[in-house]
Amino acid sequence: MPAAMRSARRSVIPGFGLSLGFTILYLSLIVLIPLSAVFVRTLAEPSAIVETALAPRALAAYRLSFGASALAAAVNAVFGLLIAWVLVRYDFPLKRIVSAMVDLPFALPTAVAGIALTALYSSNGWIGQFLAPLGLKLAYTPAGVVIALVFIGLPFVVRSVEPVLADLGRDVEEASASLGASRVTTFRRVVLPAIAPALLTGFALAFARGIGEYGSVIFIAGNMPYESEIAPLLIITQLEQYDYAGATAIACVMLVASFAMLLAINLLQIATRKRMQG
Amino acid sequence: MIEEAKPVPHSADATSEPAWARRLLIGAALGFLLIFLALPLLAVFSEAFRRGAAAFAEALAEPDARAAMRLTLMVAAISVPLNCVFGVAAAWAITKFDFRGKGLLVTLIDLPFSVSPVVAGLIYILIFGANGWFGPFLRDHGIQIVFAVPGIVLATVFVTFPFVARELIPLMAEQGRDDEEAARSLGASGFSTFFRVTLPNIRWGLLYGVLLCNARAMGEFGAVSVVSGHIRGETNTLPLHVEILYNEYNFVAAFATASLLAGLALVTLVLKSVLEWRYDLRGQGH
Repeated sequence: MPAAMRSARRSVIPGFGLSLGFTILYLSLIVLIPLSAVFVRTLAEPSAIVETALAPRALAAYRLSFGASALAAAVNAVFGLLIAWVLVRYDFPLKRIVSAMVDLPFALPTAVAGIALTALYSSNGWIGQFLAPLGLKLAYTPAGVVIALVFIGLPFVVRSVEPVLADLGRDVEEASASLGASRVTTFRRVVLPAIAPALLTGFALAFARGIGEYGSVIFIAGNMPYESEIAPLLIITQLEQYDYAGATAIACVMLVASFAMLLAINLLQIATRKRMQG
Repeated sequence: MIEEAKPVPHSADATSEPAWARRLLIGAALGFLLIFLALPLLAVFSEAFRRGAAAFAEALAEPDARAAMRLTLMVAAISVPLNCVFGVAAAWAITKFDFRGKGLLVTLIDLPFSVSPVVAGLIYILIFGANGWFGPFLRDHGIQIVFAVPGIVLATVFVTFPFVARELIPLMAEQGRDDEEAARSLGASGFSTFFRVTLPNIRWGLLYGVLLCNARAMGEFGAVSVVSGHIRGETNTLPLHVEILYNEYNFVAAFATASLLAGLALVTLVLKSVLEWRYDLRGQGH
């Protein structure tokens, strides 16, 4: 008998079997068994992987989904760090409201974000009308996908970096300054390395969310095959054509990508925690 | 310590930026937030009232809009309590006891956040759809799950699965087991220990999790879109109703419906911030 089980049984707090049993049952019924269906179905019809999931149209969709997510996450890494820095280090009017607003993309339904962004960036929208004369068309292009993913991903970076930045002792920066380093050098050589794992975590979270994002993207992307069609939309297209094997094969590819990201994020978070404690 | 008297660089200056740089950075941050967050929110309300308040009210009074509101409320009323019970049970098991595989369990609970909403919908079609595992059985017994309300509930339960658990686990881990052990040693039953000791300790964290869970449940689009039959007045939630109206170029009605959801998001943000300031809760993000 493992020691852990014995100590659980000896505990005076009741309900171990009930709570753990219910947790595992509910987790299996809602999440694990349904998710396993994707892999079981794909293995049952492996030809669909080659026919649909690795077909040129699917490859173009992955390229767009991954490329736009990476670009948007990179934009968010820069501006998310800037916003976290400003929120932690400076005081300005309405700071609390600004801080609360950062979480808007978490709270706003994605479809609402999608149609709002499309309205802003279409050629007669508040922003689009200034870009159109310059020959810049953002709505209904791959650039629109990036804009939607920047909106969706921003809070991930800010909320990952903020606590680490707040926790960072001023003493190392003072030491750096007293040794003659400029503010820029101190930031680059002292602050940035300390927050790097948190920043990477935020980037990875935003990237992972971007890969699977659907609601905010489909309104502003042109949804043209090979050009502005994201991978989740391709799954829906396959479903509408009753190609369940094809849809499942693409879903399988995306799930594998999500699990790889989840693993990377977990490792990054462990690194961040170590950095914060050490 | 001979040089102790020598004035070191003013410490405030040494670790902060000149005023112009501070203003520049604050300006850049606020400018980015204005363009990417504030303008989309303003656009929703501006478009909703483009034809005036009467058109706005008319769009929301429409029977299909009413049916969408009812369905959205119903789906949230089922899925939020389910995930709430699960969240409490999972946090109880994970924080009050030691067992092997705890880290794995915590990771698995977070899994739905890493799955694309579209895949979240697809998995239920693979199980309950006409060609799914239980498809023939369900057809023979006249039960419809996907392209009907039960499928919408299932998909919503999946995407909102981790919210309550992931707020409660760190909170209850921090509170430890002393209170419960004390209550037990004083003769309290398991139930009264939970309801009179644990629950009061975690109520604000629980409320916080429920708040986020509810916002996502009412706003979910991708997963619900896959399993909904898109039948107006029957299997359309509010976000799906927004999409249909938008695709019909009925922009005023689409944005009017969207403004309801945006209002819900703002209320959520306000309550969330109040809970964070008052009770020093910090969300675990998504």
